[in-house]
Amino acid sequence: MGSLLSRLGLECGAKEVKEEERNIRANDREYNLSYKYANNAIKTSKYNIFTFLPLNLFEQFQRLANAYFLFLLCLQLIPDISSLSWFTTVVPLVLVLAMTMAKDGSDDIVSAIPFNPSIRTADLLLLSSSEPLNLVYIETAELDGETNLKVKQGLTVTGELEDSIEKLASFDGQVRCEPPNNRLDKFTGCLSLDGAMYSLDNEKILLRGCTLRNTQWCFGLVLFGGPDTKLMQNCGKTTFKRTSIDRLMNVLVLSIFGFLAIMCLILAIGNGIWEYQEGATFAAFLPKPEGVNPPFSAFLTFWSYVIILNTVVPISLYVSVEIIRLGNSFYIDWDRKMYYPKNDTPAQARTTTLNEELGQIKYIFSDKTGTLTQNIMTFNKCSINGKSYERVDFSWNKLADPKFWFHDHSLVEVVRGGNPKAHDFFRLLALCHTVMPEEKKEGELYYQAQSPDEGALVTAARNFGFVFRSRTPESITVVEMGKLVTYELLAVLDFNNVRKRMSVIVRSPDGRLTLYCKGADTIIFERLHPSSKNVMEATTQHLNEYAGDGLRTLALAYKDIDLNYMEDWKKRHHEASTGMEQREEKLDALYEEIEKGLLLLGATAVEDKLQDGVPQTIEQLAKADIKIWVLTGDKQETAENIGYSCNMLREEMTEVFIAYALEKDMQKELLRTACMCQTVICCRVTPLQKAQVVELVKKYKQAITLAIGDGANDVSMIKAAHIGVGISGQEGMQAVLSSDYSFAQFRYLQRLLLVHGRWSYLRMCKFLRYFFYKNFTFTLVHFWYGFFCGFSAQTVYDEWFITLYNLVYTALPVLGLSLFDQDVNDRWSFQYPQLYAPGQLNQYFSKKAFIYTVLHSGYSSLVLFFIPWAAMYDTVRDDGKDIVDYQSFALLAQTCLLIAVNIQLGLDTYYWTAVNQFFLWGSLSVYFAVTFTMYSNGMFLIFTSSFPFIGAARNSLNQPNMWLTILITSILCVVPVVAYRFLRILLWPTINDKVSKAVLPAAPRRIQPRRISTRRSGYAFSHAQGYGDLVTSGRFLRRTPRSRGIVFSHTDSPLAQAKPQLYRTIVEGEEPPQIP
Amino acid sequence: MAPTIMGKPEVNPGPLARRPDNSAFKQQRLPAWSPMLTANTVLPFFYGMAVVCILLGVWLLITVNNTHQHKVDYTQGSCDECFEMRKDRTKADQRCNCTVGFRIHDAFKGDVFFYYGLINFHQNLRQYMDSRDDGQMTGRKAHLKNPSPYCKPFVADQNGLPIAPCGAVANSIFNDSFTLFYTGEGSPKVQVPLFRKGIAWYTDKNVKFRNPQVDNKTQTLAQVFEGTTRPLFWQKPVYDLDPRDPNNNGFINEDLIVWMREAAFPNFKKLYGVLDRTRKPFKEGLPSGNYSIQIFYNFPVQYFRGGKEVILSTISWFGGQNRFLPIAYLVTGSLILLLAILLTAVWWKFGKNGQNMEE
Repeated sequence: MGSLLSRLGLECGAKEVKEEERNIRANDREYNLSYKYANNAIKTSKYNIFTFLPLNLFEQFQRLANAYFLFLLCLQLIPDISSLSWFTTVVPLVLVLAMTMAKDGSDDIVSAIPFNPSIRTADLLLLSSSEPLNLVYIETAELDGETNLKVKQGLTVTGELEDSIEKLASFDGQVRCEPPNNRLDKFTGCLSLDGAMYSLDNEKILLRGCTLRNTQWCFGLVLFGGPDTKLMQNCGKTTFKRTSIDRLMNVLVLSIFGFLAIMCLILAIGNGIWEYQEGATFAAFLPKPEGVNPPFSAFLTFWSYVIILNTVVPISLYVSVEIIRLGNSFYIDWDRKMYYPKNDTPAQARTTTLNEELGQIKYIFSDKTGTLTQNIMTFNKCSINGKSYERVDFSWNKLADPKFWFHDHSLVEVVRGGNPKAHDFFRLLALCHTVMPEEKKEGELYYQAQSPDEGALVTAARNFGFVFRSRTPESITVVEMGKLVTYELLAVLDFNNVRKRMSVIVRSPDGRLTLYCKGADTIIFERLHPSSKNVMEATTQHLNEYAGDGLRTLALAYKDIDLNYMEDWKKRHHEASTGMEQREEKLDALYEEIEKGLLLLGATAVEDKLQDGVPQTIEQLAKADIKIWVLTGDKQETAENIGYSCNMLREEMTEVFIAYALEKDMQKELLRTACMCQTVICCRVTPLQKAQVVELVKKYKQAITLAIGDGANDVSMIKAAHIGVGISGQEGMQAVLSSDYSFAQFRYLQRLLLVHGRWSYLRMCKFLRYFFYKNFTFTLVHFWYGFFCGFSAQTVYDEWFITLYNLVYTALPVLGLSLFDQDVNDRWSFQYPQLYAPGQLNQYFSKKAFIYTVLHSGYSSLVLFFIPWAAMYDTVRDDGKDIVDYQSFALLAQTCLLIAVNIQLGLDTYYWTAVNQFFLWGSLSVYFAVTFTMYSNGMFLIFTSSFPFIGAARNSLNQPNMWLTILITSILCVVPVVAYRFLRILLWPTINDKVSKAVLPAAPRRIQPRRISTRRSGYAFSHAQGYGDLVTSGRFLRRTPRSRGIVFSHTDSPLAQAKPQLYRTIVEGEEPPQIP
Repeated sequence: MAPTIMGKPEVNPGPLARRPDNSAFKQQRLPAWSPMLTANTVLPFFYGMAVVCILLGVWLLITVNNTHQHKVDYTQGSCDECFEMRKDRTKADQRCNCTVGFRIHDAFKGDVFFYYGLINFHQNLRQYMDSRDDGQMTGRKAHLKNPSPYCKPFVADQNGLPIAPCGAVANSIFNDSFTLFYTGEGSPKVQVPLFRKGIAWYTDKNVKFRNPQVDNKTQTLAQVFEGTTRPLFWQKPVYDLDPRDPNNNGFINEDLIVWMREAAFPNFKKLYGVLDRTRKPFKEGLPSGNYSIQIFYNFPVQYFRGGKEVILSTISWFGGQNRFLPIAYLVTGSLILLLAILLTAVWWKFGKNGQNMEE
């Protein structure tokens, strides 16, 4: 790999005005500085030591909830309003702020660690390079997912700078170019140097994210740095992701505020009336302060009740939610079943705030290369002259690629035995391609193939003894069974989408002219000589077998050409290729003419290796009713092939082609069509278009989306989707760095969604339901008490109980529930992917569920207030002394409440681990221990005014009627719930209920990969139109190459053919299109 | 990229260095118990619960029915004169007494408790309840002369003398007093002896309410309270509440302690005295016959549109005569039984063979 030195830096500053044009002068720092362009530094950390405290506090109080509690605290400091001591708000608030602060601080420290430096960090104008003609070879996998080599060429005038530091330092060219944008395929600008103007286009630009190959060094001028680079511009905006539960929670919290206001209003009005009717007469016992008349008293009461009833929106809610998400994220990090031992990669939850959304995914957008596939092609089988071979050992061939294995000794024998057909077969593979060889050391060959399948074929030939050694524009050198043979290359009839085949015409050393052709079987078979009929039949049978195995097949054929005819054809070819009119058509006609009467050699079968378990995963996800869209920059055929081998496309599906457009008016139409389909494959998509597709679905379907990818080209989509998943350890770190979750293999996705996602969603929903239940119940009891205490904002419970209820007494059991609960275990989750559906339908926590919760807690609060009220009314202790005093009643009410909500928790818990038990019983014990301590003599004597409840616990909890009251409130709270749930399971069982009741079979069902496709691949020269013309043109070979034979410069990126693009949707055969 | 916690270096270097631990906790395989709501658990639970509730209800009902209680509302009626007099604030210092008579048909066996009750008196108002100083009443000398501002507006009198005990609660102490007389068949009218002590919680009497420290043996309680004044509505200073028993004076006066334990609801009763069963004819409790109560009617009720009553009651282990819980248990038990039968029927029809459970 070459090194790339960028010496001409730019300084940065905030860009305020929209840039119209960019001006850069080489080696002129002041001039460049004057424009304040972005530099390479990307600042990711937010705070430093001194700004941390004030900035963080400021940020925290910007959150609605925290600001609200600060406001409450201020209210409590007003004596006329304060209905609760200041500590009831301060203790939780300080705790919450401290915890959030700790988390923000540690997050900031983590994000301050600079990220992976191995990628190019700026967009450069190529000046000079180590290679002839200012060429550099680059790989753009990070940008567009393609792994083939591309060539960039610098201007001749800058190439003269070479690697001389002096010359570079005195270089004073000035560049004027377009402002930063996201078009990867386009660049316009000009370089003025010594009074001359040179036009600059995309071929002279090295983009951030590409990797240099086969190039020692090159020099460049930085045009765009940091966030201005095309890669970063393509990355999409980093937005703070919130889950749908978050959004729902915000809506609910707002409506709870409304509810709170209504409750306070009712109580305030009640207070006004009470003051008017009773309070005035009671004034003898309790004189009113000056100027307090009933309306004013009602006003004060309103705020007093705001303080008391604020527990409907407890501050600890947000903290608990964060803790639960964090815990569930750790489970992902810890999961051994998502750990990939081959490259020692565990799964990683990089974002800890999105877990429950993993249980609600409706759409998955997947990249293809590297995500579904391993991007490794292997030559698996071949059919030569009507005979099928598979698998051979190559130890006899010293030039063999050690990684290549193919065990069929009969084929080796045939090749070594000198079978001419077999020789022709492999000769064809060695000659008919556009692969570039590289031989750094004698005997160590590397092939740079524009598509992995081509590489696999040439490697196969090499291992069978037909080693492709080197090429020039006019010749191809091959070692045939140990003998060096150089073929004269007369023509390359290149591949394109229509032709679906490629041919070369070569002259062997003995003067024979041969056309070698490989291509899609259907195409080749049309052009065969009648004498090949027998071979064709046998080969067809083999091809069907191969395709049935999901292999990508190619047919090979050749023909000898008459010398005179060739002379004539070549002349016409020359005319056609230099003519200005209808060049393409004429050339096609010429190709068509010569590629006729071919003799079939056989067929090859290449396996585009899917990652392990991909088809099963896709089948599982499909069963969970998750729609999978594959978005790939690849061309249609390749994408389709993958679709078939992934089980996404099946034979019975009919196909629909639609012109694809992301323009406004087409969006809905596209979406409507696409959503009727079971599977959607979008090909030829640019990174930003990937994001647009995701946005489109997000916008119109209101569904939760997940994007999964591995390369820099997936970053935008990963950021756009609700959840972004990066495949780590493949194409680099870009995708992982912008993802929310990362792991090494696509198949882990099903565990992430079906197990972790489902559990997280279930737990979060249970948590929220229970949390709202316990707090509403808690608060509503105050509301009822208001009617008995003259609406004077007297609390039912002890202030300490109010302070500790959420923080201590009920915190751990509910955390235990939301960290450990499992409705069914992971094996069942896999076995019945349908269990995933409730999440997609938002069934466990929705507005409806919330209203149900509120009604339930309304009922519970009625029980928990009126039963103790009626039971205690007019009664006494067993020694005749007082028990209906306020303190005893407060103790009774809070004990009833705590026991009732704990039993409710028990009913909600499906999965009782020792930890749950410990938390539950521990919290109850802590409650009694703390209560007895706070009501003890010692506490009263030390803090007389804070603990006035002395003796209340001792004097009332030893009374049987207290405990009988607690028992009956518990029974009345529990029985309806149990009865309702029992009836529901009996009458309307959900899938969960059914699964829980079923019996686990001994071994989980093994899902067999289904490869029923009989459809044959129409070949896969995987990417763009080949480099055939470049291979032959030799237009840069003026300087003598040092180590390299041939180069090609014309890149035909798929991105160049941006719109309109083709995408293909496949609908299930029977299903009639429904227009919503 | 290796996740290091707290900067600790990664232990276990090697090819599988980052493999997560195979612990049951981390792999979410903790052994657990998963109870389910099946007919086998729910139905027996419901029947059992129904039986338990009904039995409890019956038992409690019998217990409660064995207690006796007699309530006399004396707000008006024979006390009309006093009621009218108390409406006039200027006559607050004038004494007024009246007598209420009633008959007990069945003797009250066992301990008999004498309560006074107030109707519609809001001891549970927040501002009212806060208006007290526990520090003062637990005998802190600093608080005695300098009561907490919570006592407002009963912190000090017009002359600036601190009030002891301060606050609205103490100020509004119930100050009617009662004498109970018994007239048996053919026997003369006798006073029914009542214990006026032992009516407060032990913790209140001994911990929460203490008199300020007496400096030396010679100092009297009155001297300790020197420099303070009695609450506005009081006729007697705090150190002179019980003229008969010097040990029942000051902050540890049990009537005061009982009053200071504020009631949770506006209608409440508080213990006034316990029948002294050492003397005949009260050794068995209250015999049947005619009774009369002589009332020193001081406490004004027109301010809160309330009522006053006197309650005589025997008690059980279950407390006073409140039939709510027994009835609640009976009703709940019956409802659960009905529900259980309904659930059984539904289960019999739909769930028994699990037809709804099929995939």
